[in-house]
Amino acid sequence: MQLTLEFGGGLELLCESVKIHNVNVEPQNGADKLIMKDLLAWVRTNLIKERPEMFMKGDSVRPGVLVIVNDCDWELSGQLDTPLEEKDVVVFISTLHGG
Amino acid sequence: MDSNGDDVSRILGELETLKGTKTDIENRILLLETQLRELNSQNDTVLNGYSQSISAVDSCFAHGLSPDAIYRYSRHLLLPSFGVTGQSNLLKSSILVVGAGGLGSPALLYLAACGVGRLGIVDHDVVELNNMHRQVIHTEAYIGQPKAKSAAAACRSINSTIQISEHQEALCTSNALEILSQYDIVVDATDNAPSRYMINDCCVVLGKPLVSGAALGVEGQLTVYNYNGGPCYRCLFPTPPPTTACQRCADSGVLGVVPGIIGCLQALEAIKIASAVGEPLSGRMLLFDALSARIRIVKIRGRPSQCEACGENALSQQQFREFDYEKFTQSPLSTAPLKLNLIPEDSRISSKEYKEKVLNREAHVLVDVRPVHHFSIVSLPKSLNIPLSSLEARLPEISSALKQEEECNMNDFGVGASLYLVCRRGNDSQRAVQYLHKMGFGSARDIIGGLTSWAQDVDPNFPIY
Repeated sequence: MQLTLEFGGGLELLCESVKIHNVNVEPQNGADKLIMKDLLAWVRTNLIKERPEMFMKGDSVRPGVLVIVNDCDWELSGQLDTPLEEKDVVVFISTLHGG
Repeated sequence: MDSNGDDVSRILGELETLKGTKTDIENRILLLETQLRELNSQNDTVLNGYSQSISAVDSCFAHGLSPDAIYRYSRHLLLPSFGVTGQSNLLKSSILVVGAGGLGSPALLYLAACGVGRLGIVDHDVVELNNMHRQVIHTEAYIGQPKAKSAAAACRSINSTIQISEHQEALCTSNALEILSQYDIVVDATDNAPSRYMINDCCVVLGKPLVSGAALGVEGQLTVYNYNGGPCYRCLFPTPPPTTACQRCADSGVLGVVPGIIGCLQALEAIKIASAVGEPLSGRMLLFDALSARIRIVKIRGRPSQCEACGENALSQQQFREFDYEKFTQSPLSTAPLKLNLIPEDSRISSKEYKEKVLNREAHVLVDVRPVHHFSIVSLPKSLNIPLSSLEARLPEISSALKQEEECNMNDFGVGASLYLVCRRGNDSQRAVQYLHKMGFGSARDIIGGLTSWAQDVDPNFPIY
């Protein structure tokens, strides 16, 4: 399915400084739907070019990273179990501290 | 020579004192002028034919705005959605801005101008030349002086009718409760993770709304925490990020206008809360990307019951005072640059020693491990730029540079060429030496303190950035 992935707050540096990625990701291992957990694994393999520990910790994102699915915090949609649909927009953003 | 130096320091001292007196006098003049204007405008009313008994000054101003205030804030009063209620609320409110830097500068200017009754400024830092491109509240005349003092003077010159308090100290757990408790609303305009956790927790403990902004590079973020049952900073970020993910403007750079925009939005949110007008950005977060000119507003989670600051087992004042925020985030509350000590003394030389080696024409290769865009700002002559991130892949270049240097110096005593590493401040150069030692370049040494120490100790004309 077609997804738009955006990286910000410095996370884009891990994917060759490209902020917006239009990608095609299919459900894994014959499953009928794609969930955020699968997408994270896919991103780590296919988009993250350096320092994967700056993006992930264990199965999930590292502390300080917000995951926004269709303009909504993924905590509100089931975190790793959030189901994804065609044309969804997923934003990964690292919190900033500067000022 | 010595008496010359004495003269200079005496003159500098006298200048400092005179400038201080000048600021004090200017502030007093402003205050007196305002008082005079106020008295005159009251007299005008009388002269214009109104007798005291029907003067509006006495009878009609239930909202408490003085004639001067009505004139000054008239464009606010003309806004149907803001009006006298919004303005009187604002005049009765008090707002504390923590940090008079890139975010705090515009926030303070607008908060002072719009008539917040009492404005507090916390900052322990001094104004520096490299602040000026974004910290627009300060002027060149204040370089070297406390930011709190400079910002307060600027606010007073915009609006002498409001109360302005300077807190020229670093906010810490021992003074935060006392300072923050004096205000209704807190604006977080700081630049580091431990301060952000500390200010959040203090606001939760005291039940104050927190307007939080951040900016770095070409991006900014904004939200309101702890407002009307909404989430706090710890609800969103229960675990601090790794220190490597906490970049500073002094290392990564920042487009000056970006914190300016976020700081203005912080002022707006604080004004909305203080005047009780509009819908504060609570439970939502604004993400700003300057280069693509895009603003995204996203919905964020509510208050989880297990939040360590505002959840079921909420933090107490006592626990707050004892909490070690530097340990929690593993980064210092002040943003002084990191000074690592990773390698033994004999693997390092000072910038002065390096200068001697250059003067003695010692055979050597100097590798500068800064990123390319740093190298293009300024570099030492004949240095070879191999950024730390590509060091591994470019080792052969170092080997061949050393070989070439040795060949050029054949007529000397056949001693091998030395290898020196340099960076901006002397941290990455140590990391490079560590790596090079492992890879068989046993003679690699770094220049202590990097180009900064070169500028300080060897060549005062060498630019610092």
